[in-house]
Amino acid sequence: MAEVLVYVDHVDGAVRKPTLELLTLARRIGDPVAVHLGPGADTAAATLAEYGAVKVLAADAPEFADYLVVPKVDGLQAACESVSPAAVLVPSSAEGKEIAARLAVRLGSGVITDAVDLESGDGGPVATQSVFAAAYTTKSRVTKGTPVITVKPNSAAPEAAPAGGTVEQLAVSFGELATGTKVVSRKERESTGRPELTEAAIVVSGGRGIGGAENFGVVEALADSLGAAVGASRAAVDAGWYPHSSQVGQTGKTVSPQLYVAAGISGAIQHRAGMQTSKTIVAVNKDAEAPIFDLVDYGVVGDLFEVIPQLTEEVKSRKG
Amino acid sequence: MSLRIVVCVKYVPDATGDRHFAEDLTTDRDAVDGLLSELDEYAVEQALQIAENADDAEVTVLTVGPEDASDALRKALSMGADKGVHVEDDDLHGTDAMGTSLVLAKAIEETGYDLVVCGMASTDGTMGVLPALLAERLRVPQVTLLSEVAVADGKVTGRRDGDTATEHLEAALPAVVSVTDQSGEARYPSFKGIMAAKKKPVESLDLDDLDIEAEEVGLEGAWTKVDEAAPRPARTAGTVVKDEGEGGKQLAEFLAGQKFI
Ligand SMILES: Cc1cc2nc3c(=O)[nH]c(=O)nc-3n(C[C@H](O)[C@H](O)[C@H](O)COP(=O)(O)OP(=O)(O)OC[C@H]3O[C@@H](n4cnc5c(N)ncnc54)[C@H](O)[C@@H]3O)c2cc1C
Ligand SMILES: Nc1ncnc2c1ncn2[C@@H]1O[C@H](COP(=O)(O)O)[C@@H](O)[C@H]1O
Repeated sequence: MAEVLVYVDHVDGAVRKPTLELLTLARRIGDPVAVHLGPGADTAAATLAEYGAVKVLAADAPEFADYLVVPKVDGLQAACESVSPAAVLVPSSAEGKEIAARLAVRLGSGVITDAVDLESGDGGPVATQSVFAAAYTTKSRVTKGTPVITVKPNSAAPEAAPAGGTVEQLAVSFGELATGTKVVSRKERESTGRPELTEAAIVVSGGRGIGGAENFGVVEALADSLGAAVGASRAAVDAGWYPHSSQVGQTGKTVSPQLYVAAGISGAIQHRAGMQTSKTIVAVNKDAEAPIFDLVDYGVVGDLFEVIPQLTEEVKSRKG
Repeated sequence: MSLRIVVCVKYVPDATGDRHFAEDLTTDRDAVDGLLSELDEYAVEQALQIAENADDAEVTVLTVGPEDASDALRKALSMGADKGVHVEDDDLHGTDAMGTSLVLAKAIEETGYDLVVCGMASTDGTMGVLPALLAERLRVPQVTLLSEVAVADGKVTGRRDGDTATEHLEAALPAVVSVTDQSGEARYPSFKGIMAAKKKPVESLDLDDLDIEAEEVGLEGAWTKVDEAAPRPARTAGTVVKDEGEGGKQLAEFLAGQKFI
């Protein structure tokens, strides 16, 4: 079977969940070969093998961390040259999309971003995308070169399928563009102890209706009772009540959880763009006319400061 | 020497309108009013600020798009940009991201530049890949997704709030930059600005001018193909209740029924 390259998103060898989803999807098209750039390949290899990587191409060099994006493109390009893959899959993070785009130029290939599903087709992999703020679902293909496709988090449930996963060293020679943009300093975001927003099964978000940074505790308490991630609308972020990294929507994160809870969010098109594909949506808003109610499976018209704490108590007592 | 800034701006269907596909599965541009992509207003704003802080700078706004796309250029000119370049050609209809990057890169080289400024993503395609594609094609550094940007001493610096970390970046000019909607509110065009914009020069270029063959772009030349586009089935109407003191409990009951609790 043809090989499919999967770009590994990891932190020092701790593989992030979207990569496992990609390995699962890759198996529909061919044999997944993982490409691990940076430190920790030996740690990552066990996980990658468990989810179906037949081998792991690994390279480590300071350039991967010291310069923006391009060294990773050089690495992925080297991997393409070594295996001539049927497709290249990259997680749809901001950086992932940039890596994919530049790789596609080098391969003379088309690029598809933000796929939410992937299947094998006669003319190569078929990508499902959700467009126009999720008003349409499209199916697309790359028609020139090796398909390069980025896939959104939560597009598939990771399924274990043990495979070889032997680590092979990949020789990467950095081109002259690799050192163009220096990363002068990097500060990792502090972990909140809650699930990663884009990967969470449940997301609880607060909007302008929360009324102030001090009130976000109401949202956090519900999130913690459900084991959920916390999100926010742009209005709440712009007001400085919650960090931008938690923004859901067109210019924030796209989430596609099993359950999305919107508290004090009106449901503007730009917000919907980031959450409309959630499986189940519930909302609490005091305005019965708020557009968010057009999306909900269950909605409560009322004051969130009454409804949300009551819900939190109820969740806690039911969970015992 | 003057700092030459090229800002890439896209003309898009209004995101608050009811957007659809045309029969050939390209974006239907007739159904909904078009405008300068809101996310590109941030690019124009940062370019203008960089120009204001430079001794001598010229801001050119560039768009690839149909005739009406000149509206986007006018808006950017009324905000304060100096001149416009409009790449317009019937053969461009249906061009994908790869093709657009080819056209933009040639037009940018033709115009001459020290700094290219883009928005973080277009509000219709929302790919967010053009800046990276341009940097690759132009073979210059990419300094992208910046929430803060500055240019001094032939260098561009900025802050990138990435997926997992905040990074401070630095690159030598010439370079391609993209800025996010966290980079600072865009100015409104003043009445004076709107009047002045009417007299500012807009150069029109077609594929011939850029030495691009029709086969390299358009729907036929695209590197990707949309085979199907279906409206997402409307969500089945849910239950909406009014809180009479038990709203939280009712919601919990629903969530329990769905096995979330
Ligand atoms: C280019 C562009 C990109 C954008 N990107 C994003 C994005 O990524 N994400 C995003 O979210 N927005 C985005 N926006 C902004 C978007 O258009 C809306 O302005 C924003 O989503 C509104 O946030 P909100 O719903 O919290 O606030 P509002 O629209 O003000 O809604 C607040 C809601 O809270 C309710 N409320 C108030 N008090 C209470 C209470 N005590 N109990 C219950 N309900 C209460 C009100 O009835 C109201 O419906 C973008 C806009 C543009 C132009
Ligand atoms: N047709 C176009 N004309 C000019 N600039 C564009 C065009 N398409 C995209 N851009 C620029 O590239 C950025 C990212 O676009 P995209 O990759 O399509 O999301 C936009 O914010 C614009 O700055």
